[in-house]
Amino acid sequence: MPETARPAGPSATVRRWLVAFGRFWWDFLIGDTPGLTLGAVLAVAAAAALALDHSARWPAVVALPLVVVLALAASARQGARR
Amino acid sequence: MGGHGIVHTDNLVLVVAVFLACAVEMVEALTIVIAVGVTAGWRRAMAGAAGALVVLAALVAAVGPELTHIPLSALRIVIGGVLLVFGLQWLRKAVLRAAGVLAKHDEDAIYQRNVEELSSGDERAAVLVAFKGTFLEGLEVVIIVLTLGTTGHALELATFAALAAVVVVGAVGALVARQLSGVPENAMKMTVGIMLVSFGTFWSGEGVHVHWPGSDVAIVVLAALYAAVAAGLVRLLRARRVAVGAAGA
Repeated sequence: MPETARPAGPSATVRRWLVAFGRFWWDFLIGDTPGLTLGAVLAVAAAAALALDHSARWPAVVALPLVVVLALAASARQGARR
Repeated sequence: MGGHGIVHTDNLVLVVAVFLACAVEMVEALTIVIAVGVTAGWRRAMAGAAGALVVLAALVAAVGPELTHIPLSALRIVIGGVLLVFGLQWLRKAVLRAAGVLAKHDEDAIYQRNVEELSSGDERAAVLVAFKGTFLEGLEVVIIVLTLGTTGHALELATFAALAAVVVVGAVGALVARQLSGVPENAMKMTVGIMLVSFGTFWSGEGVHVHWPGSDVAIVVLAALYAAVAAGLVRLLRARRVAVGAAGA
């Protein structure tokens, strides 16, 4: 007997929506430039670690934009090579 | 957060950032809607665009108020981080386009491609194309408005800036219709990228307790730094392209 196609249940719909939701955020935040995302995470992490030392304000102030600039330059250079 | 004097520095920068970001996305959405309208009829184009706007409005109503219940430090880290990544992606693309590495985003080419796709005459496809175009570009606007507006405690201001962009680009679009390529999109994208990265740096920094010198004024200094870096990268990549071209000739 041929198998009849059953309509997708609510769990399949939810799963499809979750996959689409995850894919959207993956494309939005990582996409084809994972280096930029990694650079941004590193920049914030470095600033957070340096900001723990309350006696020195400047290392965190300098480190955050510096790592961001390095990440942008590295990613743009890589993009130009492709 | 808080500015000095009657006009708050951060609010002014925020309004400009939201306005430009929304204008860029509006140009892209409008290109698709006009292509659908001209090819498959304005009723279908409007139905698709209006449907997308309703879904986006529901999304804002559902998500917007919830954001105000999250602790500010956590909100600044997450939203600052998202803005930082999003802004870096815009800025990288704008730098590569300005340097001639990537092709400029050509609205005329996109318009032509949409027209060709819609010439098949499928009615539902026309409405879907208008819906998808408006929804996806609008979603980016919603994310920018919610993130910038909530973290800067200026959600209403950000919303008004976005609406102003919608009205201005809509009015210009209605007048010029198919000449959308006249809008200097890459320059706007570069400016928006710089602003998003500046806000992202500032807020994620505040979230992890970085004490910015000059408080909100640091946003302007960061924007100047990133603008200088972007300009330097464009020059560097252009020079490299010329050198590679000369070596290959």
